[in-house]
Amino acid sequence: MKDGLVVLDKVSYGYSPERPVLARCSFQLDANERVGLVGTNGSGKTTVLKLIVGLLKPTSGHVRIFGQPCCNERDFREVRRRVGFLFQDSDDQLFCPTVAEDVAFGPLNMGKSREEVRRIVSRTLSLLGLGGFETRITYKLSGGEKRMVALAAVLAMLPEVLLLDEPTAGLDDAAAQHVVDVLAELPQAMVLATHDPRLLGGLVNRSLRLTAGRFTPESSRDWAANPAVRSARQQTA
Amino acid sequence: MANVIENAATYDASFVPASVWRLDGVDPRTRLIAAVSFSVLVTAVDSLPTLVAALAVVVVGAGWTGALGQQRWKRLIPVNLLVLMLLGLLPLSGGATPVLSVGPIVVAREGLVQALWIGLKANAIVLGVLVLLARLEMASIGYALGRLGVPEKLTHLLLFTVRYLEVLQREYTRLWSAMKMRGFRPRVDGHTYRSFGYLVGMLLVRSVDRADRIVAAMKCRGFCGRFHPLDHAALTVRDAWFSALVLVVLAGLAALEWA
Repeated sequence: MKDGLVVLDKVSYGYSPERPVLARCSFQLDANERVGLVGTNGSGKTTVLKLIVGLLKPTSGHVRIFGQPCCNERDFREVRRRVGFLFQDSDDQLFCPTVAEDVAFGPLNMGKSREEVRRIVSRTLSLLGLGGFETRITYKLSGGEKRMVALAAVLAMLPEVLLLDEPTAGLDDAAAQHVVDVLAELPQAMVLATHDPRLLGGLVNRSLRLTAGRFTPESSRDWAANPAVRSARQQTA
Repeated sequence: MANVIENAATYDASFVPASVWRLDGVDPRTRLIAAVSFSVLVTAVDSLPTLVAALAVVVVGAGWTGALGQQRWKRLIPVNLLVLMLLGLLPLSGGATPVLSVGPIVVAREGLVQALWIGLKANAIVLGVLVLLARLEMASIGYALGRLGVPEKLTHLLLFTVRYLEVLQREYTRLWSAMKMRGFRPRVDGHTYRSFGYLVGMLLVRSVDRADRIVAAMKCRGFCGRFHPLDHAALTVRDAWFSALVLVVLAGLAALEWA
């Protein structure tokens, strides 16, 4: 059997034994795929993303990333270099004083030279239309700017897979649309935990609904019928 | 508590174009060393002329650099409240030469002089530090401390505090307004104390949660316990000029005091 980029094989997880979040849940992400995860609050979407990068360890089942079984912290350290994770709250992610330092944080951790890191920073920022943001102070940015800088910080590590936890949550229409447009241009395979019809209707190849700890395929037609998506599509057409 | 958070969060919220600040281009390290040396010298001073000269220097410096503009003079208020308190209390604590006595209360000259002396010194030091450091971002001060050999853990603590104070402040404001929206008004009763307890407790719990999420986010970007700073600005000619100026001033003050 050919492995996908990310495979969760009958994975279970619970924050407390009485209330399991995931119950023998399986998931696969293939190359060039963009998968949307939907589900009610607390259904375990974020938990799935955290299991993929090893921030949480499954109580049973197996995680295979890029065809390699991942069990301990050392396996996941390698995974985190190749899988980018955009957090729901950008304030969690941006902790350096300036934008340039924050974007440089990942590449510096990867052991790249300062010259190379500087090139990566300016290239990534201009890719996202953030040229000139280098010396801005991270905690004085607007919500939309913070989200874009956090995305830049993730992309600076040149990940092969992106995990996005509610990438448009808490943003106004214009800022959210900007995020959607930017994501649509990116080549990486993606997993998106989201409720945003803009993402589910236009961006993803397929959606999975998480109920009672398992995934079930979700028809994309439901989202296409959504008026918000139709108008968004007409605008882009 | 609200005030503490507010004061700290607004610490460097003001923004002036860089050109206004006349010390621009002087490395934070140089300024920090200057500030510490000046403070140590002023604490050691024992004669009034030297102290007045030191005050004159910092007042001129403040005018020249605009260190007290943009409401920054308000940072002198807490110091002077303390001085006022000393002025009220120290003269009452006994002394050989009474200036005034009302019944059992005796105002002594020694205490008065002592309080004024403390007030002058405190103002000279705080003003000096303001002149030298007020326009710096806390982050640059943190990095400068690190490069001057202050332990990594302490500088990280400072940098993270600066970064997340505003986030905590927002969280506090949110919780506090949510309480007010539901009709909470502080009174002197158990309900009020308990509610304040919950508020502070909730802030602590959320901070711990936030800290966990930050570490998780850092791990996702390959953090293994060591920071690699991006920029290492070198000292320039300006630092040399500035150091020379500071040395001349300090030597002058020392000469006035001890020569």
